[in-house]
Amino acid sequence: MPTLANYLLVSGLLFTLGLAGVLLRRNLLIIFMGLELMLNAANLSLVAFSRFHLSIDGFPAYNAQTFVFFIITVAAAEVAVGLAIIVALFRAKQTVHVEDLDSLRF
Amino acid sequence: MQLALFWIFAVLMLLFGGLVVFLRNPVSSAMSLVMCFIFLAALFVTLDAFFIAVIQILVYAGAVMVLFLFIIMLLDLKGEQTRRINLSAWAGGGLVLFGFVNLLIRVIGSDPRLQMTKPALGSPEISDVAAVGAVLFKDFNLPFQVIAVLLLVATVGVVLLSLRRSATDAQS
Repeated sequence: MPTLANYLLVSGLLFTLGLAGVLLRRNLLIIFMGLELMLNAANLSLVAFSRFHLSIDGFPAYNAQTFVFFIITVAAAEVAVGLAIIVALFRAKQTVHVEDLDSLRF
Repeated sequence: MQLALFWIFAVLMLLFGGLVVFLRNPVSSAMSLVMCFIFLAALFVTLDAFFIAVIQILVYAGAVMVLFLFIIMLLDLKGEQTRRINLSAWAGGGLVLFGFVNLLIRVIGSDPRLQMTKPALGSPEISDVAAVGAVLFKDFNLPFQVIAVLLLVATVGVVLLSLRRSATDAQS
């Protein structure tokens, strides 16, 4: 049987992959996909904790799954707004490469 | 059996997650992300969270990724593959990630309570859709309403953002 540590390790590694996408890639779309990976890693650890921490009558802690539901909803809204911003940016600058977008750099 | 399934799903999920980051073509990244989300849903099933798994497939692997692919198609990205890699940025990022993974392994290994296996459920038949729905409407009713307003605001915001500049100038 997989232990809680296994799930947390997989969740942490998924988070690391998302962080790698944000830190290493220079394409805005890939950075956005990295953000999605990090959100999903958080979801995985929440669901794992909900399954491993049963209530008195032997059911998983459904509060955590409700929280995951909220996270998924907010992430969907975030993707819609973020992609609209990327499209607006592409219209103005004809690029989605972050190194070309340095007009706010000091 | 369950341990083998867990590792198969986890390794495949991490493999496709790695492909998202390291493939050069955004379309291949997006397709890998779809596969990654599907295997993540499989992991949710191993945790008896069927409702979350279905939502994951429907919302993430379905709606969100279709949106991503549409935007990639719309942007018509060229010249991405020919960029050279910034080595110092990769070295710095790699160092941060190495430190993070190191810390993660130490923290997870430090607490013996994390080595627990899955406790048995109270009843073999659980209806988690009903349970999550009950929690959602009883304990989290206000956040549920707030999130409806959030979705409305996001919709209006996206419409406003995607209006062309000339159209807004003509109005004002």
